Amino acid sequence: MKLHEYQAKDIFLKSGIPIPNGQLVTGAEQANKVTQIINGPPWVVKAQIHAGGRGKAGGVKLVQYPYEVVKTTESMLETPLKTAQTGPEGVKVNQVLIEERVEVDSEFYLGMVVDRDTACPTMLFSQAGGTEIEVKAARSSSVIKKEHIDPVSGWMPHYARNLLYTLDPPPPPGAMPGLMSVMAHVYKIFMSLDCSLVEINPLVFTKDRKVYALDAKITLDSNALFRQKELLELEDTREKDPLELMAEKYHLNYIRLDGNIGAMVNGAGLAMATMDVIKLAGAEPANFLDVGGGANEDMITTGIEIILKDERVEAILINIFGGILRCDVLARGVLAAAKKTKIDLPLIVRLEGTNMEEGRKILEDSELKFLVAKDLSEAAALVSKQVKG
Amino acid sequence: MSILVDENSRVVVQGITGREGQFHTRQMLNYNTVVAAGVTPGKGGETVEGVPVFNTVRQAVAQEGVNVSCIFVPPHFAADAIIDAASAGIDVIVCITEGIPILDMVKVAGFLRTRKSVLIGPNCPGVISPGKTKVGIMPGAIHKRGPMAVISRSGTLTYEVVDQLTRVGLGQSTCIGIGGDPLIGTSFIDLLKRFKVDDETEGVVLIGEIGGTAEEKAADYIKRRFNKPVIAFIAGQTAPPGRRMGHAGAIISGGQGKAEDKIKALKNAGIKVAMDLGKLGETAYEVMKKARSA
Repeated sequence: MKLHEYQAKDIFLKSGIPIPNGQLVTGAEQANKVTQIINGPPWVVKAQIHAGGRGKAGGVKLVQYPYEVVKTTESMLETPLKTAQTGPEGVKVNQVLIEERVEVDSEFYLGMVVDRDTACPTMLFSQAGGTEIEVKAARSSSVIKKEHIDPVSGWMPHYARNLLYTLDPPPPPGAMPGLMSVMAHVYKIFMSLDCSLVEINPLVFTKDRKVYALDAKITLDSNALFRQKELLELEDTREKDPLELMAEKYHLNYIRLDGNIGAMVNGAGLAMATMDVIKLAGAEPANFLDVGGGANEDMITTGIEIILKDERVEAILINIFGGILRCDVLARGVLAAAKKTKIDLPLIVRLEGTNMEEGRKILEDSELKFLVAKDLSEAAALVSKQVKG
Repeated sequence: MSILVDENSRVVVQGITGREGQFHTRQMLNYNTVVAAGVTPGKGGETVEGVPVFNTVRQAVAQEGVNVSCIFVPPHFAADAIIDAASAGIDVIVCITEGIPILDMVKVAGFLRTRKSVLIGPNCPGVISPGKTKVGIMPGAIHKRGPMAVISRSGTLTYEVVDQLTRVGLGQSTCIGIGGDPLIGTSFIDLLKRFKVDDETEGVVLIGEIGGTAEEKAADYIKRRFNKPVIAFIAGQTAPPGRRMGHAGAIISGGQGKAEDKIKALKNAGIKVAMDLGKLGETAYEVMKKARSA
């Protein structure tokens, strides 16, 4: 679960990481008032969306006059913001953060994730802070320094020293205490809130010799939300695809894509592989849909309904390898969906594994029109035939 | 031979009184797995499918001499269950549970560094040595004893592959689902090292997916150290970057974890990569035929 910048900055402020003064607004009138409370000119106006890449896309603006703050806020709220990470339609901006500007002396990047290879919380630090850190990092892996934090020791100041004293040139001496303090706080936030990512880019040292987090990104581990209940209210689902939201409610793993063949599969690996099979057959997958190992009839029905709601879908492939999920349960779910919503698209069904005969018979005895594939190769051939007409 | 588990494995099912624990205990017993004990805190003294239930793994070890564990407990309690098993000296811990918080797994991984237990998973279908024992949730009937090892990050995709192998006449020595999470107990390389010295294993099918760099590392190991034929498949060539594809670990992020990079690394290591999942069985058959006649 992703937090907005302003939400992450609230957490920073409460934990003792300095941030610029700022105020969240949802309308132009509020924006006008904010210019009287927040130090300026100039002011920084920042669109609050979950996707990154805002700076380059015009989602962060430096403005000089109060009327500009109002105008910029208005236009951000009106026009969807397209960044390299949002997709072509962009994302509607519902909230804008207005902040004072600080005079930057030097910029850094600070991040924290769990490293997959060492299974350790790992702090990332770089002098190449600011926009396009991903691009810089891809060009040279030495741009970002890494420090693994042993879970047995927890945070120790030497982890910070290891990151800071290997930089060339080293940070200005006056910045050291501030940077070390931010690092300790980031570790504490990461561990205590069950984060999967904490990122400050840029973390800056100002001309008046203070350290500030100018940006803030926090992603929470969805699997740990059961013990972070007070953070649940920070969820903002307005940026999500409505079909993906519906799927989430039914515990279905669904991701909408651009293609024309809808797919329903049990298991994430097989679902991905089925998308690949569709592509190999000359079509494009319209979605990833993993109904999971223990799907019940209702989940199957909802899965079919979601696929049918996507107007780009021209044919549906159901690929089930029954293990825990029995093929007869699948078949009943499909029939229930057909009763609720007419399925007038070509339907290709491939059932294998537990109770496969019973599942096939349930479908055959129904009114439903469908094509049977006896294995994956045949399913691919049928998909290919559908596409070519 | 086979690796990790065989007919001598004495299994304890942690979470045996739950719905899934009970169902799969029955399935494992049907496969002739020796399920010698179950553990559910507070339910000690009961029986499930005739299997005695204990309150702690330590009691199950003391009373029934169990040495392999299969965990079905809900995600909130799974880290505790794994550490319980490791503390009690269980050799192989198979954790089926999906959805364990990643920081819990950080703790588990740290704890296991100083213990001798091998953890398989979490978020995995388990381990089967066909004809000998099954510790997990895979459908036993599609498996057949034979020369192929299968190592996979996935569940149902593994069943698909095993089914194809069995149909072309290639049975399996041991099949292991290593799990779809970003932090897992046992890697491709850990298992390749075991299969390298396993007499029954003549070839390996390696099934990877997007996310992380485990396949690239395995490719490097195979190139330098592995002496048996390997056939690989990578799922997720059409997966968009930045999205978690069902498995917590299946995500392309920061330019890392793409299917094409993994396929390239495997091919560069001289490994046969099947591009069409529907033909994986045939591909494996061809590779093994060639290897045997060489």
